[in-house]
Amino acid sequence: MTDQKTVTPFQRHTSSWYESSARDRVRLLLDAGSFREFIGPEAREMSPHLDLFDLPKQFDDGIVVGRGMLGGKPLFVAAQEGRFMGGAFGEVHGAKLTGLLRAARDTRPAIPVLILFDTGGVRLQEANAGELSISEIMRALVEARTAGAKVVGLIGGRSGCYGGGGLIAGTCSALAVSEHGRIAVSGPEVIETNRGIEEFDSKDKSLVWRTMGGRNRRLIGGADAFVDDTIEAFRAAALLLIERAPAFDLDMLKAEQARLTERLQRFGDCADAVDIWAREGIADARSVPGLSTEAFTAIADKAREPRYDAR
Amino acid sequence: MTLAEILASLFPAGHDVVQDRGILLGSGPLKDGGHITVIGVADRTPLGIDDLVRLSGHVLKAVEAGGRDPILVLIDSDSQRMSKRDELLGLNEFLAHLAKCLLLADMQAHHTVGLLYGHSAAGAFIATAMSTRTLVALPGATPVVMDLPSMSKVTKLTIETLQEKAKSTPVFAPGLDNLAQTGAVLAIWDDKRSLADQLQTVLGEAAAGDRRDRLGKERKGRPKAADIAERVRELALHPA
Amino acid sequence: METFSYRQTAGRRSAGTRAQAIVGVVASGNLEVLVERVLPDTECQIDVSTPISGFGKVWEAVVADFVERRSPGGLKLSINDGGARADTVALRLAQAVRLIEEDMK
Repeated sequence: MTDQKTVTPFQRHTSSWYESSARDRVRLLLDAGSFREFIGPEAREMSPHLDLFDLPKQFDDGIVVGRGMLGGKPLFVAAQEGRFMGGAFGEVHGAKLTGLLRAARDTRPAIPVLILFDTGGVRLQEANAGELSISEIMRALVEARTAGAKVVGLIGGRSGCYGGGGLIAGTCSALAVSEHGRIAVSGPEVIETNRGIEEFDSKDKSLVWRTMGGRNRRLIGGADAFVDDTIEAFRAAALLLIERAPAFDLDMLKAEQARLTERLQRFGDCADAVDIWAREGIADARSVPGLSTEAFTAIADKAREPRYDAR
Repeated sequence: MTLAEILASLFPAGHDVVQDRGILLGSGPLKDGGHITVIGVADRTPLGIDDLVRLSGHVLKAVEAGGRDPILVLIDSDSQRMSKRDELLGLNEFLAHLAKCLLLADMQAHHTVGLLYGHSAAGAFIATAMSTRTLVALPGATPVVMDLPSMSKVTKLTIETLQEKAKSTPVFAPGLDNLAQTGAVLAIWDDKRSLADQLQTVLGEAAAGDRRDRLGKERKGRPKAADIAERVRELALHPA
Repeated sequence: METFSYRQTAGRRSAGTRAQAIVGVVASGNLEVLVERVLPDTECQIDVSTPISGFGKVWEAVVADFVERRSPGGLKLSINDGGARADTVALRLAQAVRLIEEDMK
């Protein structure tokens, strides 16, 4: 499917990433009219497994993949629709992203890939296929990076980036995240169900946001850029991160090993995100969730410069 | 088989694999005179951030040492550790980092083999056994992506109904056979035969590259994945 | 799942040149409509797939009203329903036709 409508800077500045559909995010993010979809909805490649559960299907199985231009340069892009089955990975959904990353692996000269995450993780009704697709995506992603492709993840959708989505995000070259962009493996309800409300109260939204939300991820180094909830902010971050993202090699992984080891040493005994932020040298750590993006970014950059070399 | 029996059968000439708080690290000799690095999880230990850096550190050391020694990943784990602390400190990064280390090792000629000898689940499964080139299992292994009681809760279907549905497809229910049919597990080893021999065989056989989607198609566990991925790849490489 | 297919005569060809468009998403209380310009000028077709059974009459009425108002000649509209109310269905059908009738530039 193609879309050639013009896009104005005004639209990019005023459109909420969180509120937009996957298709609108792609259309507004990329250079106007440049997107070409692979296996679009008209191909009707839907999940073969949802009939068994009498569940409705979506024509694109909840993910849009294709090619377009950003700042005049070609790239591949994939966008998950977080409102269809929570953006979860099923067989077809996952295979579309795997195929795109394998193309990135095989494209010379290498071009970047953007992944617009919006997912609760693996789709329950096709759990084995979904889980396996996560692993296939991670392998293809690493192969693409090894071939020189920068793979940048953008996270700020309704369903956040949970479960296997969190693992794929951790495999990317760089990540931009907004306030809404929660990144985690086990979701709040899953932890509460398995370990009890004393371990994690999933109804305590403030706890969820400060533990898994974009601000904490930026402050501990789990994401490289914290951005406003607009298409324009994600576009600017994508352009920056494509430039800065590191290559995939042994040196990078050694740097990441050191980065994660240091995190454990410095913050391993912290009981709450606020304790981490205080130890990062932020004077009024409790005020962090309420800061404007500008004020937060200034504080975050002072506490912890983005490294761009260890992911 | 117990872990001790498995290690004895894998390394009849002895090994230096040490178990510490559920994590296995070490190495052992191969039948052909070579050497294999070993990492693993034992006793159904949940995989948390502190364990993960130990595992990834061991893999990186092996890669840094150079050579072509393969790497064996022995797995009897729980899922990833579910806790506030693990998630607060970025569990997703630690899991992904281990997976990346294993993938790099394999690409740098350290053939990675996963041996699932007990349980594993969810993110822990992806970051360990599933991040190897060749995943094999012992009979009786119990991998679980999503357990039926949890599925029952979310889908509001009874466990009996889910079990009934699971008879017609391997795509959602737990179990080794289902995962083998979807292509995740290459082969189930014979626990009556020498594991050292079987290890030597897979090290000689399994080609590089990810063939799991094609395997899933051949075994009729995943009807569409291989074709969809290949069609997208083709369209992306050769735009009309 | 229940499926319906309605083939109807439309007064005139739908405007514009776009070949296809899609609106909406399959979620609770929502639906997606894929519209394709693939039929002869005075025909239209609406295919519905819905998990909610027993609403054939309602679908028929919504579709009849839509064809009457919009005259979507030449268009095939395919619906994946997530359990939307009739007014939401009518809205999405109208949006789909508006989108495919838009000029490209």
